[in-house]
Formats: sequence, structure tokens, C-alpha cells
Amino acid sequence: MTDNMEMREVYCQSLIEEAKHNDKIVVVEADLMNCIKTGPFKKAYPDRFFNVGIAEANMVGVSAGLATCGKIPFCSSFGTFATRRCYDQVFISVAYSKQNVKIVGTDPGICAEINGGTHMPLEDMGLMRNIPHMLCVEPTDSAMLKALMPQIIAYEGATYIRLQRKKAETVYDEKDTFDLFKAKTISKGKDATIIASGIMVSKAIEASKTLKDMGYDVGVINTFTWKPIDEQAIIDCAKNSGAIVVAENHNIRNGLYSAVAEVVVANCPVPMESVAVMDEFGEVGKMPYLSERFRLRACDIVEKTLKAIKRK
Amino acid sequence: MEKEKLEFLQSKALDVRKLTVEMIGRLGVGHIGGALSIIDLLSVLYYDIANVTPKDPKNPDRDRIVLSKGHAGPALYSVLADKGYFPIEEIKTLNQPHTNLPSHCDMNKTVGIDMTAGSLGQGLSCAIGMALAGKIDKKDYKVYCILGDGESQEGQVWEALMYAGNMRLDNLVIFIDNNGMQIDGMTSDINGIEPLEEKSKAFNLHTQRINGHDIEAIEDAIHCANNTKDKCSLIILDTIKGYGVDWVSSKGFGCHSMAVSEEQWREFCGKEKD
Repeated sequence: MTDNMEMREVYCQSLIEEAKHNDKIVVVEADLMNCIKTGPFKKAYPDRFFNVGIAEANMVGVSAGLATCGKIPFCSSFGTFATRRCYDQVFISVAYSKQNVKIVGTDPGICAEINGGTHMPLEDMGLMRNIPHMLCVEPTDSAMLKALMPQIIAYEGATYIRLQRKKAETVYDEKDTFDLFKAKTISKGKDATIIASGIMVSKAIEASKTLKDMGYDVGVINTFTWKPIDEQAIIDCAKNSGAIVVAENHNIRNGLYSAVAEVVVANCPVPMESVAVMDEFGEVGKMPYLSERFRLRACDIVEKTLKAIKRK
Repeated sequence: MEKEKLEFLQSKALDVRKLTVEMIGRLGVGHIGGALSIIDLLSVLYYDIANVTPKDPKNPDRDRIVLSKGHAGPALYSVLADKGYFPIEEIKTLNQPHTNLPSHCDMNKTVGIDMTAGSLGQGLSCAIGMALAGKIDKKDYKVYCILGDGESQEGQVWEALMYAGNMRLDNLVIFIDNNGMQIDGMTSDINGIEPLEEKSKAFNLHTQRINGHDIEAIEDAIHCANNTKDKCSLIILDTIKGYGVDWVSSKGFGCHSMAVSEEQWREFCGKEKD
């Protein structure tokens, strides 16, 4: 069972499991092996593990070179350093060169907690989403991550995986199935739909329950793959509920709200509201403080949903 | 080196220089200086040492050649065209719409290119990845990576050099085309990279420094590098930007990218008409 496992444990175990029958899988680290806990992979496959030291640009370039020889490299760092620190290397050596490299950015958004503003990726998905053809995915919890890892490995192309390192709020169990390219519907509603990802999914579920007690019928869908986003799921929500609230642990600029709005505006314009970090830098703090500081709580989703419904 | 072989490689280098000048000349402008400075190296690699063939350009056992200073693409395209990787007529398409020959090397457009480059400083890391893959798969191919001296001002180059040295990648040979010039002037006036030999040795690299236009010296240095076990090699090639074409090299650092007239290229190539 993955229920009590940290996301990073599931990540490493999945790699070890898949590597048993797939000798193309390699791991490239930049001195965060002990944070991302890929040590067991190194132990199991020492010839397929590399640590370049604190040099993210080199990590990404080395991974691209490995990929040109048919390897499937997984390289990881904190989300800030796996994306903006080595953006041009990801852009040119990986994506523009069409190399099958999996880039893992951990501690998404406010999950960076007391590492603070320097380590708080509130723009990582936006940066990666801006690179042509980049697959961008944010697994919600351990069960989902375990189910998605084989699909991510099977997918040929540049991929960014936004990963919580520690234990995520449990939303799914191992019986749930996922398609990497399909949003997961949690509930349907007639009054509005909350579209959420990452840590905001469990808060969206909580908000929908509160709204139900208040007499509103509000659905929740989980768009864990931000790019390519499941356009049909979004169009269906817009048509069936007539109002959308997007909840993301990310800057509003070029994040999930933008991705959803691109679909809604072009296909079925309806009132939209956003629960996101409003163009601000991160700061130090624990989750309860940061959730309140950046207004990423279930009550913030409730407030924005009521606003969206009023605008219908 | 046997006289016959030397003369063959020298004549190939001249052929490739003519094709490069023609390719850029037909377009009217291009990165001609830094293309001409690496042609003697490319000739030794492609016509003698490297295990590559146009009959099987993706063979997993082939040697890899990464031209990290991707703006010198036309020199490499000339070699590949001459060797038959694609029809020689294609050199007329440089930078034209739908071409397979863009200014900077693109592995997904040009047959025979092993790595996309153009944003300077990235190629060596990729070459290291290829060398590591060779070690994992227990293959005996070699990886050759060509850097510019100006390019070596990029921080990533030093991240990569440090790692190549520490990993003792004896299947990787790194070249620095040390032509001493970059877009804004002399490399030494802008942000000098010397002393290169001392720096290279300090990074635990087997280091050689040669005249980058001496075919025999290039050949000997590569053999020496390939016979060096348990150490990655770096070969500093002291070169002249625009070498072999006086009206290019005489422009100094201005030859990095310059206009070339029809009269100039036709005279150098000995082609009066198409």
C-alpha cells in the first residue's frame, strides 16, 4: 500500500520496479539525492546512477546526452532549480532537441515551507508549460503517482513532473485508475466546477462539501496534467455547470488558471475565478501560515466559488 | 604520417573550405571565421579517425561528434555533404525556408548531426551524457566535443569540465578551438580564458596543446588522447579565425559573421558560373 508512504518513496520505488524490466532508466542527481531519496536506486543500479554535484545546467545537459543514446533519464532538483535555474538547458538541450528526459521538480509552491522565497517554485509549471510540446504533470498523491509512473516512463518526450516530496493528503487509493492525458472527475455539479491540482485537490473537495451544506451543487475535477490539458473535460464542466473556479498552488500568471482560461475562452466562455498566488514571491513559513498568507485555503475556494456563481 | 595520407587530408580540408565559403557566399553572410578555424580538425576526424559512415548515420556503435560551437555548422555541413550524408546540392539551401541546414546545428534536421547546439556552453554536458551511456552499455565508441574559446566563458562549460575530469571519461575527447576572438573583440581583451593548459590540468584532464591547423599534429594528439586510459582528454587547438581565406582572416574578430560577395566566393572556389 502507498497510503502512508511519502511521495519521494513511491517515486524511487517505482523507478526501481520499472528498471527491473527497463534497462534504459537512469537517474541523474545534482546533490539532492538525500532529499529526494533516490539512494535506493543508486544501491540497486549503481551503473545507472549519476550525481553531478551542485550543477543543474550540467545535470540537464548530461541527461539530454544520455537520452540521445536511448536512455530514459530522470533528473531532479527542487522545483526552482530544476526549472528556472537551468531553463535554457531544458529548452534547448532537452525540448528543442526532442530528447526524452524526465525532469522532476520537488517542493511545489508553498510546500517549500521554511526554505522560503528562494526555494518556493510558484512559476515552475508556467515556465515548463511555455516550452513547446513539454508534458507537464502534477501527481496528487502517492496512489496516483504510483499509477502514473509507468505511463510517464512509457511516454516518449520531454516531461516535467511537479512532485511533493513528503506525504501528500490522501485523495485516491490503489484501486483508482488514471489516464495521464485525462482529467479525473471527483464529482459533478450544476452550479459551478472547481478545477484543481496538487495540494489544492483535497481543499477543493472540502470546499465543495461546505458549499453543499450551503445549498450549492458544485463539482470538482482534478487536472493533474496541465499540458496537454484535457480540453474536453474543461468544456464539459463549463457547459454543464456554467461557472469555473481554478485552484492551484502556483502563481496565477501562466499557471493552471491560464491553461483552463485558454480552453474556456475559445470554446465556452463562462465566469471564472482563481485561487492562486497573486503575482507574489514566496516567503518562509509553515503550511497553515502560508495557506492563509497566499489565500490558498478551502474557505478561499468557497468564497471564490460563490463569487463565480453570482456572476452567472 | 604517410605523405599520401597527409596530402589526402590536406586536399580534403581545402575542399571543405571551398564548400564552406561557397555555402556562406551563396547566402551572402554567415559565421565564416569560426567555421574556417575548425576545418582542419573536422577533416582529420571525419576523413580518418572517427568511426562514422553516411551508410548508417544512427548506428548505436558509431563515434559521436558534438559541435558545441553550433554557429560553425556550415563547416560541418560541408564535411557531411562531401561525405555523402546528403546531396551536395543542399548546401545551396543554407538558411532558406524549409532547409535542413540552419545557421546552428540541429540534430533533428540534418542527417549526421549528433547534437543540437547554438545556445553556447551546452554541448559538452551532452557529450558527457553520451560518454556515460557508452560506459553503461560497455560500448567502445568515442565521443568528440568541439568547443570555442569564447564559448568557454559560459559557466556550464566549467561545470562539465569538472565532471568530465572527476568521472575520468577516457572515451571523451574535448577540443577547444582557441582562435582568440569572439564577437566583441579579442577573447583576451574581453574575459580571457588563459592559461588554458593549467586550467585543464587542474581539472584533472589529460591536456595537449597544438597548432590547430597542423594536420599531423591533430592526428597525433587525437591518437594520444584515445590511448590515454582512465582520464578524459582536452586538446587545445591554437587556431586562426578565418584560416585559409585571406580576405576573411584579415578582418580579425570582424570575421565572426561577415558579408561575402559573389565575386569573393567564386574566385576562392574557382567557380565562374553555376
